[in-house]
Amino acid sequence: MAASALHLRLLPSPPAGVKLQQRRLRSRILRQGGLSRRYSKVVCYYGLTTPPYKLDALEPYMSRRTVELHWGKHHHDYVEGLNKQLATSPLYGYTLEELIKEAYNNGNPLPEYNNAAQVWNHHFFWESMQPEGGGLPEGGVLQQIEKDFGSFTNFREEFIRSALQLLGSGWVWLVLKRNERKLSVVHTRNAISPLAFGDIPIISLDLWEHAYYLDYKDDMLTYVTNFMDHLISWDTVTLRMMRAESFVNLNEPNIPVA
Amino acid sequence: MALRTLASKKTLSLALGGARPLAAAGSARGVTTVTLPDLSYDFGALEPAISGEIMRLHHQKHHATYVANYNKALEQLDAAVVKGDASAVVQLQGAIKFNGGGHVNHSIFWKNLKPISEGGGEPPHGKLGWAIDEDFGSFEALVKKMNAEGAALQGSGWVWLALDKEAKKLSVETTANQDPLVTKGASLVPLLGIDVWEHAYYLQYKNVRPDYLSNIWKVMNWKYAGEVYDNTLA
Repeated sequence: MAASALHLRLLPSPPAGVKLQQRRLRSRILRQGGLSRRYSKVVCYYGLTTPPYKLDALEPYMSRRTVELHWGKHHHDYVEGLNKQLATSPLYGYTLEELIKEAYNNGNPLPEYNNAAQVWNHHFFWESMQPEGGGLPEGGVLQQIEKDFGSFTNFREEFIRSALQLLGSGWVWLVLKRNERKLSVVHTRNAISPLAFGDIPIISLDLWEHAYYLDYKDDMLTYVTNFMDHLISWDTVTLRMMRAESFVNLNEPNIPVA
Repeated sequence: MALRTLASKKTLSLALGGARPLAAAGSARGVTTVTLPDLSYDFGALEPAISGEIMRLHHQKHHATYVANYNKALEQLDAAVVKGDASAVVQLQGAIKFNGGGHVNHSIFWKNLKPISEGGGEPPHGKLGWAIDEDFGSFEALVKKMNAEGAALQGSGWVWLALDKEAKKLSVETTANQDPLVTKGASLVPLLGIDVWEHAYYLQYKNVRPDYLSNIWKVMNWKYAGEVYDNTLA
């Protein structure tokens, strides 16, 4: 509290022409403890994270060439673009997840939103896959899917159907809905991430054409089916579900008796 | 089948959308479905600006799918209207806008392109040429603006050279996904549309959309754009 008050006192009074919205944003950022380059000698930008497998490890379902371009160019360019924006942005100093939520700005995305969300989405996507993935999840993950979708087959079909229903570029997700406390399949347009709605992403599949065009051309159905049957990393899902359960109680609340 | 093709080609030369009444193909229903228009050039004729493989897939797969899904949605709509099922009618709007838009947009796009040997890439003359100078400063300024807006478009969509037929003014517009230009304003007439979906360039240009945009001008059919301009304002 004392620290924020100090920050606020040190702030130069905003020039008369500054838009109200910008001023509000800035003070909100300061209140929430966001950093400013003004007070730090260390500058920190985002790096391109590496997929947790060799670039050809997903063949034949996702070619080396596709991963090289998708990771080495598309994902890379989003990182570069974001860093370039952050050099002059009031949103500098956030963690990536907070940055995405803040820049989403209740559905009126700020200029940083697109790059920030796409950096996160791609990182999350690479970790959603593994060589020799696919098949069936085990234990608690399978039970939760059966509970929320009726059966694994239902979940698989709903995921594929949701992907095909997306009209344009975007993503299909398995998310854990915080309020409903259940798993759900959603698709989002362009860079939109379910993080912005407060849901917890468990799996993502990139449905931009650049993700599959070299390998599958217009055949998105085969791409999505192969992802589900051969690439999806249920190991990652298990870890993400374990983490998610520390935020969402999937069982009935157990009220201790005195 | 032969009769069907013949009939569709005949109607095609008349209407931009290539519309044809289903009744002609033997159906009793009153729905008018659309057909995939033929290209007036070979798939490979736009090389090296756009590869033959891209053109083939783009026309035979992507556009053909929009046509099939639009027709399917139209027939479902017809059934829903006949039944008076309002919620089904409303529910079909998304599919109609997307697939109908895909058909409309691509039908224009094929006419916007022309092999270099047949005059593709020749800058506009006549009234459109003058109007471009007046509204954008120069032809080069227009190209630069369309390239910049096309490159900046997030996700899939289109960048247009539009003529506002009421204000008699040119503008550059973008639309998302398969939204046709008319969604941006009822008085807007598309003179040129550039498809910036990744399927339009990815096999050849990969992530470098700006290169696709700068090369497409080499096969642009300005004669067509000039004719639409003249006819609209005539």
